[in-house]
Amino acid sequence: MHKVLVANRGEIALRVIRACHELRLAAVAVYSTADQDALHVRRADEAICIGPPHARDSYLNITAVLQAARQSGADAVHPGYGFLAENPRFAAACRDEGLVFVGPSPEAIEAMGDKAEARRLAERAGVPTVPGTDGTVSLEQALAVAAEIGYPVMVKAAAGGGGRGIRAAHDEAELGELIVQAGMEAEAAFGDGALYLEKLLVDARHVEVQVLGDSHGTLVHLFERECSLQRRRQKLFEEAPSPALDADTRQAMADAALRLARAAGYENAGTVEFLLDRDGAFYFIEMNTRIQVEHPVTEQVTGVDLVKEQLRIARGERLSFHQEELELEGTAFELRINAEDPERNFLPSPGEITALELPGGPGVRVDTAAFAGYHVPPFYDSLLAKLVCAGRDREEALARAERALGEFRIEGVKTTIPFHLELLADEAVRAGDYHVEFLERRAAGSGRMPA
Amino acid sequence: MERTIKSPLPGTFYRRPNPQADPYVSEGDRVEPGDVVGLVEIMKSFHEIPSDAAGVVARFLVENEDLVDAGQDIIALDDG
Repeated sequence: MHKVLVANRGEIALRVIRACHELRLAAVAVYSTADQDALHVRRADEAICIGPPHARDSYLNITAVLQAARQSGADAVHPGYGFLAENPRFAAACRDEGLVFVGPSPEAIEAMGDKAEARRLAERAGVPTVPGTDGTVSLEQALAVAAEIGYPVMVKAAAGGGGRGIRAAHDEAELGELIVQAGMEAEAAFGDGALYLEKLLVDARHVEVQVLGDSHGTLVHLFERECSLQRRRQKLFEEAPSPALDADTRQAMADAALRLARAAGYENAGTVEFLLDRDGAFYFIEMNTRIQVEHPVTEQVTGVDLVKEQLRIARGERLSFHQEELELEGTAFELRINAEDPERNFLPSPGEITALELPGGPGVRVDTAAFAGYHVPPFYDSLLAKLVCAGRDREEALARAERALGEFRIEGVKTTIPFHLELLADEAVRAGDYHVEFLERRAAGSGRMPA
Repeated sequence: MERTIKSPLPGTFYRRPNPQADPYVSEGDRVEPGDVVGLVEIMKSFHEIPSDAAGVVARFLVENEDLVDAGQDIIALDDG
C-alpha cells in the first residue's frame, strides 16, 4: 500500500490526508467542481475532479471515484464518514478492482446496515437489544407485548426512518387509540401501514463504544463516547468518557461491543451504539461501520491515532498496542461548529468566511478545512469545524472549552458558537446530567421550538 | 398585476416534495399566502417555500433542480 485515494471532502478528508502523510503514504484527493478551491485538494499530493456539485454526481458516484483511483494509480481507498463509507456495493467494487478498502468487509457493512440482521446478530452474541416486537404487529399483539415489556412504548412505522413515524403510548388505552391512528398515518405517509413496537426508554443516554479489529483476529475497545446532546438526531456535542458510566457498566458495555464485533467478523474501526437507561441497563441500537465524526474525543483520552490505526490495519499490520496498555486519561469534549444559525432554528448558513481566527493553546485541537476567504458551499454537510478540548478532568476540559470558544472568531456565516457558549453555561451540562431528549426539551422551555 | 414568489434561501430548487410525487403547483394553479410552492435543498436539509401572496401561477422563473440565490424570484403570479 503506497497511495491512498481519499473518497471524501472537508475536515475528514484533511484528517485522512494527515494520517497518510504521517505514515509516508501518498494521498489522492477527489473533488466536485464546487470544491476546486477546497483545502483537501491543496493538501493532497494529487487531486482529481470527479464531477458536478451535487453529491450524487460526484462524491456518491462510485464509477467516478473508481475511475479516479485507476487514473491516479492508488492502491487503497479511505471512505471517511458519510457519502460512500457505509455502502457495501462500494466496498465490494473496491475489492473487485484490487483496491484495499480502508474499512470492514462488504459483508460486515451489509450485515450491520440491515437493522433486523444486526439485531439478530446482537441477540445471538448475548448483547441486549431494546425490548420490542421482532416484526410488525396487530393491535392485539401490540397490547400483549406492551403488557409484557411495560409502558411507555413507542409505536414505529416499519417504513419510517430518521425519527419520522414514531409515537409514544403511556398506557393501554392510549396504545389502543394510537395504533389505529399511527397505522393510518403510516399508510398515508409511507404507503405502508405496518407498525412495530419498542420499549420507550425515558431520559436515556446515547453512549457508544469504539472498537478496532485487525486482520489477525485481535479486537480491542477504546472505551466509550457520550453523544446524548443531539438535535433532530444530529449530534452537536460529545464527550469521552461518559459521565454516566461507573467502572462495572463501562466494562460490561465494552465487553458487549466486542462480542458483537466478533460475531460480525469485524475488522478495522467501528462503533457500537447503545441506549443507556436511567437504571444503568443498556441496549444495542446499531453499529456504524466507519470512522465517526466524533472520533477525536477518543483519540484525546486514549492517545491512539484512530485513522492511522485504520490504515495500518488495512495494510495487514497488527494493532500497534494491546488492550491492557490502554487507559482512559482525563476528559475530552467535541463541540461541532456548524454553519447554521441557532437564532433561526439552526437554518443552514452557507457563504463566504470573511474572517477566521482559530483557538489554540493547551488541550485544544481544531479539525477543520475552513480558511478565511473560503466559500462554504450549499451542497454538503454544514460541519465547519470540530473544536476538541481536553483536560486532566472534566472541570479543566470545560474551562478550556469555554476559553477556546471565546477565542474562536468566524465572520461571514452564522455558526453554532453562541449555542455552545449557552450550553457550557448550563448547570445540567456542566454536571454531565443530560440525556437524548435534553436539547429538544430545553429548546421548548426557552420558547425556541425545535422544528 | 404580476407579482413574484421569492426563495428565502440559497440552494437547489425542487418543484416536488419527492421525485415520485406530483409538483406542488403548476401553471394555472391558484395559490394563497402560506401555500407551499416548492422545496429548497441546502446543506442536506430541505426547506419548504411558502407563497407570500395570493394569485395564479403564471410561469416558473427557474427550472426544477436549478440553483437559486436567497431572494431570487422563482414563480411569477398574476390575477388569473
